[in-house]
This record gives sequence, C-alpha cells and structure tokens, in this order.
Amino acid sequence: MLTILFDGIAYGMLLFVLACGLAVTLGLMNFVNLAHGAFAMAGGYVTAVLMNRYGVPFLLTLPLAFLVPALAGLVLERTLYKQLYTRSHLDQVLFSIGLVFMAVAAVDYAMGSQQQMIRIPTWLQGRVEILGIQVGLYRSFIIAVCGVLVVALQFILTKTRFGSRLRAAVDDPRVARGLGINVSVIFAATFAVGSGLAGLGGALGAEILGLDPTFPLKFMIYFLIVVTVGGTTSITGPFLASLLLGIADVAGKYYVPSLGAFVIYTLMIVVLVLRPQGLFARAR
Amino acid sequence: MLRRTFLGAAAMLALTGAASAQEPLKIGLILPMTGPFASTGRQIEAAAKLYMQQNGDTVAGKKIQLIVKDDTGTADVTKRLAQELIVNDKIAVMAGFGLTPLALAPAPLATQAKVPAVVMAAATATITEASPYIVRTSFTLPQATVPMAEWAAQNGIKKVATLVSDYGPGIDAEKAFTSAFTAKGGQVENLRVPLANPDFSPFLQKVADAKPDALFVFVPSGIGAQFMKQFVERGLDKSGIKLIGPGDVTDDDLLNNMGDVALGAITTQHYSAAHDSPENKAFVEAFKKANNGMRPNFMAVGGYDGMHLIYEGLKKTNGQGGQALIDAMKGMSWTSPRGPVSIDPQTRDIVQNIYVRKVERRDGELYNVEFATIPNVKDPVKAAKSN
Repeated sequence: MLTILFDGIAYGMLLFVLACGLAVTLGLMNFVNLAHGAFAMAGGYVTAVLMNRYGVPFLLTLPLAFLVPALAGLVLERTLYKQLYTRSHLDQVLFSIGLVFMAVAAVDYAMGSQQQMIRIPTWLQGRVEILGIQVGLYRSFIIAVCGVLVVALQFILTKTRFGSRLRAAVDDPRVARGLGINVSVIFAATFAVGSGLAGLGGALGAEILGLDPTFPLKFMIYFLIVVTVGGTTSITGPFLASLLLGIADVAGKYYVPSLGAFVIYTLMIVVLVLRPQGLFARAR
Repeated sequence: MLRRTFLGAAAMLALTGAASAQEPLKIGLILPMTGPFASTGRQIEAAAKLYMQQNGDTVAGKKIQLIVKDDTGTADVTKRLAQELIVNDKIAVMAGFGLTPLALAPAPLATQAKVPAVVMAAATATITEASPYIVRTSFTLPQATVPMAEWAAQNGIKKVATLVSDYGPGIDAEKAFTSAFTAKGGQVENLRVPLANPDFSPFLQKVADAKPDALFVFVPSGIGAQFMKQFVERGLDKSGIKLIGPGDVTDDDLLNNMGDVALGAITTQHYSAAHDSPENKAFVEAFKKANNGMRPNFMAVGGYDGMHLIYEGLKKTNGQGGQALIDAMKGMSWTSPRGPVSIDPQTRDIVQNIYVRKVERRDGELYNVEFATIPNVKDPVKAAKSN
C-alpha cells in the first residue's frame, strides 16, 4: 500500500518536472507550446548519447541534459516562437505540433527509431526497506531531485526580483514595459528554463518511461492533463496536480488493473466539469 | 462493385505479367522500416537480402527483383502498398508483414488477386485463416506459448501470474498459456498492461504481492528491455519469482543491451542466435558480416526462411506464381538455421521445433541458450479446431 503511494509520488514528481515548463509557458506566457515534449526528448537523448557513446557518468550528464534543451529553447524562442506570441492560439498549436513532427522525424533519422537504453549507476539500482516499506533507490533519487527543484522554483517565483518581474510581465506586459521591465528578455529566459527543465525530466524519466522518437507525442497528453487539472497560474497547482495524477495512475493500475488506463482521464474529466479553471487555480 | 472488377482485372494482369519470360519475377516485401517497429523491418530486410546474395538472383531461368516498401507499421498503408505492388508492379508474391494488423489488412487483396502472401513476422494464430493465399514462416504465439506452460507444469511451478500487453498477440499468449497451464492443474492470475504504458511499476507490485512461483510475460520486443529493468528494480528476481514467457521479451536483437538484468529468464521460442547447428553458425556469421555486427533475431530467421520458401516454390512451379505457387509451397520441408521446419499443407502454417532457453552470458555476450527441445510443434489453436 505504502509502496504504491511511494511509486505514485515518484511518478508524479517526474510528471511535474516534465510538465512544469509547459505550465510556465502556457499559464504565465499564455502560449500553447505543444512542442514541449520535444525538449524533454532532447534532454533524454543528450543523456543517452553521452552515456552510451562517450561513457560520461549518469550524474554528469544531467546538467547537460538541462543546458542543451535550454539553449535550443532559447534559440527557437528568439527566432521562431517570438513571432507567434501575438498570434491566435490555433496558429500556435499548428506551429508547435509541426515542430513536434519535425523533431520526431529528425531524431528517427539521426538515432534510429529503437528504444534508447541508459544504464543507471549501480548505487541507484535496487531497493531498500525503510520502516517496512519497499523503496526503489532510483525513485527515491527522482523524488529528492524533484523536491529540490519544486522548492527552488517556488522560491524564485515568489521571493526573488526576477520572479516578481516575471509575474508582472505576464499580468500586463504593456504596463510592465512601461515600468522599464525588459519583457522579452524575461520571456526568453523563462522559456529557456522551462525547456531545460523538460530536458532534465526527459533524462530522469528515460529509465522509467522509456525513450524513443515518439516520446513527445506519447506524453503530450500527460503534460496537458497536468496543466489543465492543475491550473496554470502558479507552480503549486501543477505540482499538486502531478502528484495527484501520479498516485491516481499508479494506484488505479494496481487496484483495478482492467480499468487502469482510464483512471487519470476520468479524473481529468471530473475535475474539468467541477472546476473548469483547474483544481488549484483561482477563478478568472 | 467497380472496385471489384478493377481488382479482378488487376489480378489477371498480375498473372500474365508474372508469366511472361522476359519480365523479372518481382517479390514485394512490405515491412515497417520506420516507426516503433522498425527493428523488425531492418532484420527481415537484411535477412532477405542476405538470402538473395547467397543464392543468386535467378530462379527457374528468371531474374528475381526484390521491391522493399515501408508501411511505417500502419495497416491501411500496408493495404495501399500491397494494392500498388499487385496492380502497378505486377508482383508474383508479396511478403513481410511485421505485425498482426499489417498481415490481416492485405489478406483480401491476396485472395482476390491470387497472389501468395508470405508472412515473415506477424504471429497471431488466425492470420493464415484470413486468406487461402497466406503462408507463414515465422511462428504463432500459441505455438511458442503452450510448450512454456507444459514446461512450467513439469518443473514444479504451480502458481503463475501472467502479464501481457493488451492487444491481439498479448491476449493470444495469455489465453494459450492459461488454458494449457490450468489443464495441467496449475493456478493462473491474469494481468493486462495497456500497450502505450511503459511504467510497469503498479502491475509488478501487484505481482510481487501475489507471490506466484513464476511470472509469465509477453510484451512486444521493443519494450521488453524496459520491462526487464523494472522487474529487477522491484527486486522480483531476488524474491524467487521465475521470469518465463515466449521469447519476445529476450529478443536477440536487444538482449545484449539489456545487461545483466536479463540473466536467468526462461523462455520458449523457435529461434535463438545461439542455436547449435552448422546451418545456424553459418547464418549468424554471414548475417553479422553483412550487417555491421548486428545479431539476427527470430524476425531475421522468419525473413530468411520466407525467401527460401519463395525460391523453392518458384523452382517447383518453374517460375509460375498464383495458385500454382501456393500449392507448391504447401507441405514443403527444409532445414532452416532454426532447425527442421515444414509447411503444414492444411493450415499453411509452419511446423517447427520449439526450444526452452535460458539467458546466459557466453563469450562476454548475453544469449538465449537452449536446453530442451519440443520437436515438430504445430499451431495448437488450429490443431484444436481440426480435432
């Protein structure tokens, strides 16, 4: 029972790291970026390539799995995404889904379509018993890393100058510009960090979720569910939503295996019917 | 109606086209070369090309031309490609078909156009019943699964949990294993995993709590590695639960990359790259040499034998396709790299040995090492129907 809870939390944490960048772009910048999963995939492939071709240790690949997608995000934001901020949501959806298909085809061409396998270090393999609960070491590692990230993000967003500027830029870009805040730099930095976090999530998740060129399409639904259920105006909303979904998904598959795949979708529908603005967001 | 006459005309053209002496004999090989099942396509294409390289490209005085088409693993694309190949290229025989839906989609075309279709991979039992022109050189899942159930029952395993991907072949495997194993007095608990869900943790936790003697698993070979890792991560290997199943989960193509987590898994299947015979040694060596060290798996051997069947059939009919070719293929027998095989004249399915294997490390690489043989296994589903 507690093991299920633990697995659910680990899964939820992973979902959060993957999806929080999307919560930022969609919620704070009001931009529908369906290509978010492509950045996650990029991070996963950075780790896989570094480990399998160059023998870099797993932990050292993680910062790069953050930096490479972040840089890619920055470049794309400056060149392509910037043009679409003022366009309609339909244009944004079409544009970003196009990017997804291009990313899928490009990775397929460059790396082949087979599953990429990474080997996590031996000290992260296996499981230990804590207070009678069977706990997987790698999942504990994910929970620790993601926990630190959540706290750091929440701190940056609510307590730092950058955070308040970002919130101001989102609430009313024109007034923020008038007050001398460089809105486009802030948006670019936020976009890059969001992409980087997705990349980190992809690298951490490769072991559990698998990694192949269809990754962005396979998990797009999950990201969107996290963001819709959680609401998009804060970090805590998507965070709690991720945990809820992770636990519901794992527990649903454990207790009612025949219906397991439907549990999170049912949950999403119920939440959207009862609270269309998201579970934890204030009504607009 | 119009479509039917059109196809009929196409079939006539295909036949006359194949029969004229100057035209090369064309073989349409339809495979998933891109997409999630590309490894199947790569293996079969490599094997078919190897066979042609070894045996020349002339049969019964006619040149053989191999046309490879990529169906991306989508059934309606397979059907469209099959139609194009039959109508435009006037192929004598089509082959390939990586997955069950991909083999079923063009079956009506094979019937209408009287073009034999050699299934080299797809493994659901009923496929050969979809058209009298389908013949199979891979295997059927029940064929590989029932011997597993019998082996388990004979080796002191009483309680088994099954975990299969929730789609045609998975359900086939689950049913075949469950009925064979309960008939021997065993107990079975069934679990089905959604095909699109790579996190097995809740299902494996359920298995861990049920404490069976063995876990029977069938997942498509691509996600087998993911499964093995999580099986070990959950400590199930140490809790005394044996891992058993048809050989897809320890696919030769991926096995070596899985690492030590795969050690000790017991599977039943018709082919292992470690099969001990001179034919297989020569096949594996030539295959690796031609493909940059890639190890042939059960898909490759299906492709290799499929080409052999087409070649021998054409020799027998003196280059004729259609009904004559499918009749010539029925009952044919030969020694394949996997051992002795034959085509059942009634069901057009393959009859072959099934081997019980265990994953072991040999010369630094992981292999499925065979330790028991069940000779001449027919597909149990169709055998049960005919009785």
